[in-house]
Amino acid sequence: MAEVLLKVSDLYKSYGGVAATDHINLEILRGEIHAVIGPNGAGKTTLISQLAGEQMPDGGRVEFQGHEITHLPAHTRAMQGLARSFQITSIVHDLRVIDNVALSVQAQIGHSFHFWKPARADIALTEPAMEALRRVGLEDRAAEVSRNLSHGEHRQLEIAMALAANPTLLLLDEPMAGMGTEESARMVEILSSLKGEKTMLLIEHDMDAVFALADRISVLVYGRVIATGTPEEIKGNDEVRKAYLGDEDS
Amino acid sequence: MFDQLTGLGIKGWFTVLTLIALALVPAYASYTDNAFYLDIAMRLIILAMAAVSLNLILGNGGMISFGHAGYLGIGSYAVGIPAYYEFYEGIYQIPLAIGLSALFALITGFICLRTKGVNFIMITMAFTQMIFFAIVSIEEYGGDDGLVIEARSELGGLMDIEDDTTLYFVCFISLLAVIYLVHRMVNSRFGMVIKGAKGNERRMQSLGFNTFKYQLAAYVIAGTICGYAGILLGNFTGFISPEMMDWTRSGELIFMVVLGGTGSLFGPLFGAGAFILLEEYLSPLLDFVLFKGAGTYWQFLFGLILILVVLFVKGGITGLLERLDELRNRRKENLDG
Repeated sequence: MAEVLLKVSDLYKSYGGVAATDHINLEILRGEIHAVIGPNGAGKTTLISQLAGEQMPDGGRVEFQGHEITHLPAHTRAMQGLARSFQITSIVHDLRVIDNVALSVQAQIGHSFHFWKPARADIALTEPAMEALRRVGLEDRAAEVSRNLSHGEHRQLEIAMALAANPTLLLLDEPMAGMGTEESARMVEILSSLKGEKTMLLIEHDMDAVFALADRISVLVYGRVIATGTPEEIKGNDEVRKAYLGDEDS
Repeated sequence: MFDQLTGLGIKGWFTVLTLIALALVPAYASYTDNAFYLDIAMRLIILAMAAVSLNLILGNGGMISFGHAGYLGIGSYAVGIPAYYEFYEGIYQIPLAIGLSALFALITGFICLRTKGVNFIMITMAFTQMIFFAIVSIEEYGGDDGLVIEARSELGGLMDIEDDTTLYFVCFISLLAVIYLVHRMVNSRFGMVIKGAKGNERRMQSLGFNTFKYQLAAYVIAGTICGYAGILLGNFTGFISPEMMDWTRSGELIFMVVLGGTGSLFGPLFGAGAFILLEEYLSPLLDFVLFKGAGTYWQFLFGLILILVVLFVKGGITGLLERLDELRNRRKENLDG
């Protein structure tokens, strides 16, 4: 059996008495794409925020590469190899595309108390940044100011930023959100080109994308994991059908 | 035609001409035998320096400090209080001013930067008001009547800044040095982090940056530079009072930055220039254009101009110049094509 990269045990968080994360147990194996699906309000983003360290759980435990990270702040987790992309595009709009990615590289290569050398001429930053842009097919847009990009390109930039951090685990919060069919297909292509190379936790509504990409799927309903398994097992699971997939058919 | 030779564009030429004009002020003042021009230009340069330092945190870092004039006060009182005890050596005054500014920025920044938005604005203002009232209450140093500095800082055998022209060039070269310093910083790795944190702090944290540390460093650097400008201000005016760190003074520095164009390199200089020239000449201009006595109401027009700039001229004076350059380039392209 493959190594467990991220282990979530009995994670719990509530908002005003409503459990958004209701004693979740989850294991992400090294190298897999693990999708978390579930209807709106199931607590998917709350879960990813707790894994990334932006929200703190009320109870339970998160272990990453064998070390407990339950209460570490977001920036410390990022340094340990956890990178996330956001459901709502989160980039620095005023900076150029390459600046955004270069910042992601910069975060990983030590402190940034360098006051004198121009960062944009620093190949230690720009080369890995361009490489990440190439991976997502944005290399031609590198010099553009980020706000001028299309929605689909913003999503690609998100992935490039996450990739440039050279993460051990990539947390992807709805990378296809708001995309057209063509853009979605492009994103599936980008993500599947990373398959095997990067471990990913993927939250996604687009079921075609999930079943095309995921090695394993966990189904989240009302803050609880009701099933975990391969795509075939999940498709065949009655409880999942009833709670989730069935709703979509009707 | 002439700009095609160098490719500077309108903005570049405007910058170069502004600097040349400032460099020529002492010659013009001595030619016309009118020290008034030198006084205005020196005040402009010193306030421009303060505005450049504010722009580092406000324009690039998104930290709207409403207490930046406090550092002008700290810097000048660090010259004035030793001078009160007839202690004029610059070699002690200058490190004292810089050290106190840095320390004050470090302590207050540590607290202020835990807040965001309006809270940040209010708390930076509150800290500066604290030193304002502290100085007001110390009768020994003149309280709110202020303090006369009998002699300017002694810089050993290096130079004699009792001479106005020498002091002027010290200020002018300091301004150029500060602009260059800020320019290097803003484009360095450090600068990219504070610009990133201005645009999207949460994202910067998720990338792995402890944004607080970098913002605090920027806050301290900006305060220290402004403290240095305070040294020059105290030496220049020879009279200091708590009024120079009143919250309205901090507001004026913000206006200068906004008027000149936030986040731009020379914007604060243009903003300070426009601000001081309007302040000096709007009143006589109104007297001349409208009717005798209209000049009394210059502040009304002044406020109106500021509001119009903020509302309609995106990027202030620098933004305006950039737009002119854009128009010109487009016209040239049309001619070429």
